[in-house]
Amino acid sequence: MDFTLWDIVRNLLLAARWTVLLSIVAFIGGGIAGLGILLMRIDSRKWLRRPAEYYIGLFQGTPLLLQLFLVFFGLPRIGLRIDPWLTAVLGLTLCASAFLAEIWRGGVEALPRGQWDAGASLGLHYLKQLRLIILPQVFSITRAPTVGFLVQLVKSTALTSIIGFEELLRTANAINNATFQPFVVYGCVALIFFAICFPLTRYVKALEKRKA
Amino acid sequence: MGGNLDFGWLGDALAAIGRGAATTILMILVSAVIGGVLSVLGAAGARSRHAPVRYLVAAYVELIRNTPFIVQMFFIFFGLPSVGLVLNPLVVAIVAITINLTAYGIEIVGAGLDAVSSGQKEAGLALGLRSRQVFIKVTLPQALRVIFPALSSQIIIMMLESAAVSQIAVKELTYEADLIQARTFLPFETYLVVALIYLVLSIILRRLLLSGGKRFLFGGAA
Repeated sequence: MDFTLWDIVRNLLLAARWTVLLSIVAFIGGGIAGLGILLMRIDSRKWLRRPAEYYIGLFQGTPLLLQLFLVFFGLPRIGLRIDPWLTAVLGLTLCASAFLAEIWRGGVEALPRGQWDAGASLGLHYLKQLRLIILPQVFSITRAPTVGFLVQLVKSTALTSIIGFEELLRTANAINNATFQPFVVYGCVALIFFAICFPLTRYVKALEKRKA
Repeated sequence: MGGNLDFGWLGDALAAIGRGAATTILMILVSAVIGGVLSVLGAAGARSRHAPVRYLVAAYVELIRNTPFIVQMFFIFFGLPSVGLVLNPLVVAIVAITINLTAYGIEIVGAGLDAVSSGQKEAGLALGLRSRQVFIKVTLPQALRVIFPALSSQIIIMMLESAAVSQIAVKELTYEADLIQARTFLPFETYLVVALIYLVLSIILRRLLLSGGKRFLFGGAA
């Protein structure tokens, strides 16, 4: 069977849905988990702060590919079946939570101390200070690096092809094996990734300019 | 966690792990040196008087920064043989890493160049230096001092991303891990040890880059 260019593009676009879905799920999951890590990381109690510090250092200091392998082969150890989709979601979520927590921590530290004091003087307790005063400002000033990380995350999904998740790159490998047109196939993959990431990158640039 | 971890294989695997780590370090150092030089040239190109040069550099930076490293590597690795050019996987890996690193390097060096106040440049020109001399002797050293930490971070990020080159059979750290776990049937333990080695490497590399940068780049007339 012969593949026309349209066959190649159509199959890649269908596979790209999984790339997009994985990116969104991991970003949302990573955001929720990252918020928990952030709260631990900025806590005044050492026994909460330290583990969060190590967690962030561990995920930022090791290759994502190995993190995916560890999740993949770690699942059976906690009594679950090996599963590429679960591995991809879990691996990227854990990694995203560490990076997002660190980005937001930078935002927390950039806020003047007076913001906390003002909250306290209004009679708000710690969690209310965070929710009503600190976090809204943190998310606002870290929007550019947060979206910037989303770009990294979208690109990272390509690594999940190695543990067998059927996303864009894995589909491309299969098509390339059938067509022997590597420049066309991987060129199209690159263009699809570019089409997803470039608008986000432009948005980041616009945010940075607005702030400057 | 069900089951105990088994590290009995580690003694026999140390030599292979060492070789793999050496290859990973070699790839990164070669790419960092070449990529560093290219980044400076690229950042200068992005500020060129000639519009086509500026557009070319901008297109390169955006294209590389908005596509995954592993896709770029596959494009080169599987693409080149289809036009009759077969390269050693290690060479392909170094080329791919350098191409990727340079795109980020251009942005970082560029930010440093923009951070140097224009008065510095004007002072250089007023002293009778030509604009190329001003760039090399006045602007660039000051820019490098500002951006060196960011450049170091990017080199470390790239070292971690280089784990993907195991997929084109470059015999680096992750590839050796793949072989070891295939032999021992202990994938979790193997990848855990190797992940920790990457962690140690990234900590050591960061220290070396920052202290080395301080000594060689900004020693003397700082």
